[in-house]
Amino acid sequence: MTWKRKDVLGLQNLSVEEIEIILDTAVSMKEVLGRTIKKVPALRGRTVVTLFYEPSTRTRTSFELAAKYLSADSVNLSASTSSVVKGETLKDTARTLAAMGADVVVLRHPMAGAPNLLAETIPAAVINAGDGTHEHPTQALLDMFTVREKLGKLAGLNVAIIGDILHSRVARSNIWGFTKMGARVRICGPATMIPASIETMGVEVYTRVEEALEGADVVMMLRIQLERQQQGLFPSLQEYTRLFGLNRQRLALARPGALVMHPGPINRGVEILPEVADGVNSVITEQVTNGVAVRMALLYLLGGGGIPVA
Amino acid sequence: MHKLLLKGGRVVDPAAGEIFPADILIVKGKIAAIGQDLEAGEGTVIDVGGRLVSPGLIDMHVHFREPGFEAKETIATGSRAAARGGFTAVACMPNTDPVADNRAVISYIRSRAAQTGLIKVYPVAALTRGSRGEELTEMADLKEAGAVAFSDDGLPVSSAAVMRRAMQYARMVGLPVISHCEEPTLSAGGVMHEGYMSTVLGLPGIPAAAEEIMVARDIILSEHTGCPLHIAHVSTAGSVRLIREAKARGVPVTAEVTPHHFTLTDRAVAGYNTSAKVNPPLRTEEDVAALKEALADGTIDVIATDHAPHTVEEKDVEFQLAPFGMVGLETAVGLVWTELVIPGVLSPVEAIRKLTINPARILGLQDGVIRVGADADITIIDPGLTEVVDPSTFASKGRNSPFSGKKLQGLPVATIVRGRLVYDRGLLAVT
Repeated sequence: MTWKRKDVLGLQNLSVEEIEIILDTAVSMKEVLGRTIKKVPALRGRTVVTLFYEPSTRTRTSFELAAKYLSADSVNLSASTSSVVKGETLKDTARTLAAMGADVVVLRHPMAGAPNLLAETIPAAVINAGDGTHEHPTQALLDMFTVREKLGKLAGLNVAIIGDILHSRVARSNIWGFTKMGARVRICGPATMIPASIETMGVEVYTRVEEALEGADVVMMLRIQLERQQQGLFPSLQEYTRLFGLNRQRLALARPGALVMHPGPINRGVEILPEVADGVNSVITEQVTNGVAVRMALLYLLGGGGIPVA
Repeated sequence: MHKLLLKGGRVVDPAAGEIFPADILIVKGKIAAIGQDLEAGEGTVIDVGGRLVSPGLIDMHVHFREPGFEAKETIATGSRAAARGGFTAVACMPNTDPVADNRAVISYIRSRAAQTGLIKVYPVAALTRGSRGEELTEMADLKEAGAVAFSDDGLPVSSAAVMRRAMQYARMVGLPVISHCEEPTLSAGGVMHEGYMSTVLGLPGIPAAAEEIMVARDIILSEHTGCPLHIAHVSTAGSVRLIREAKARGVPVTAEVTPHHFTLTDRAVAGYNTSAKVNPPLRTEEDVAALKEALADGTIDVIATDHAPHTVEEKDVEFQLAPFGMVGLETAVGLVWTELVIPGVLSPVEAIRKLTINPARILGLQDGVIRVGADADITIIDPGLTEVVDPSTFASKGRNSPFSGKKLQGLPVATIVRGRLVYDRGLLAVT
């Protein structure tokens, strides 16, 4: 099978075959990252625009480096520096970028569905770098890549995702991705942060973290934001840590050798204790490296990279 | 003296609950005779050819946007859309700019409608000044100016104390209160029904409870004050249960449902379709089933469109930024027939009743009947005629319909207001 899709807007609509192509391509890309001179000419003459309507350091930098390693020209636009402040609509901004010759547009936006609107407006490929509480497909792909690399497979694994599921696009993308690949996904968090009817997505729902961790192969902790406490979704960070924080005793409930993951940035001592974040099970730093490889793979596939990487 | 004869139709009498073959003779805008083999003399004859001759349809919930939002709709374009949809009368909601909370705005709306001269436009006045939910409007003065009901539609009165006083006062004045039931702290930030679809799309949800809590509150206040309460655009199974139970106890409550709420579910939002963004939101299969059951058993009295036009530009944005609302006047009859009458949820007479005499009674209007001496407001419906919805053909300025491309059967072919043909699809022989 060859790559045909113009955009990657989420994992909900990707097939198992497409996910495998991305992960396999990322393996080659990771090899490039290990070289002394980590640059290939695959996307020479192509233009990648990152359009960020939300502050982000790691995702934006990851995409930017991925583009550079593939020799693409990259431009970064953020909401504060763009014409957005002049009241231009997203569609008009997109048309302008397309008219200037952008081949791939990477969009981060606070509103769910913004990448869909962009993708149907312009001929350029669109990669969703996170839209509201909808999806964050590149994060889930790098998570799946990391798990496959470490544990050798995805099918049959028990994956526990713990935290603010309601506001998490990372959780949604990982639920679609891991369940498609044959893993079993459990979600866990305060009852106020479990979205309506999420069990219909094919997950098991827990509010006791000990039950969710029992025998898990992968433990994925989500960032808890203090503003949710101000919105009345949980009483205090202290109680959150007491009920849901991942410490050594709780991790012992998971399978020996279980992977501890976090999309970052982490709140040390809140959702995850330093003893676990920096412990032997943690693959948090490797997730970051793999993020660059997965984003290179997507830019390569969507950017029409005809030149072989190897 | 102008005469118009509607020949060979099947006359729908929603008051008597029957359909019978008859001719109708209209003289000077009034119905002069109903019977067999009537003669027009010098007048015009329209050959109805066995189609249904209904009392003019009444849509008791529309937004005509004038004054203030003329880019979305005007009283003239809204009236044309109504006529094209088979409606001879509408009640327009007060959320204009300025808000219809004083005599001047009510008079302005009536004069614009008179200038347009197509259909009857009955203004609904605001319940509170500026629809801010704080101080009462001058209800007696507004009634005298021509208001037919009071409502803060779209901006629900959050204070139970204000709602109680408003209902006590409205009862004294003698007009009903129409309530858009939404508990604002529960719906805050929501843009679609809270459920599986909102979870998957990552859009903030509006739970069914946000509507049901206010339905319960307003029913209790109606019972307490004795004020007739009309619940606008009921969307959930829970609201239906509350209204059914209140009616059984004798609370003076009535209710309406929109064609979009009895036809569509939250699945229509998939793909971030802003045409399907509406408040109250499209709900679930179970809710749709409950609404149909409520139509059939009489719990829901009225079908109204909540016609809410917006410009193309306003809807062509991120889902969360798009305004709520969809147009409905020009697809209503087709949806009633396709979704309710043809599948047997409602008989033709029951369907017509919810579009004519029921809204007329709630608003205290003389319309909605075919009777000698009454205004000759008549809608001719062809139950077999089909079309595919194409918003570009709408007379409304609004194109924001979620039904684009849907095939409908059962359509209005002519609309007559006070004896004047205000819409003619061109299918009837006129001699």
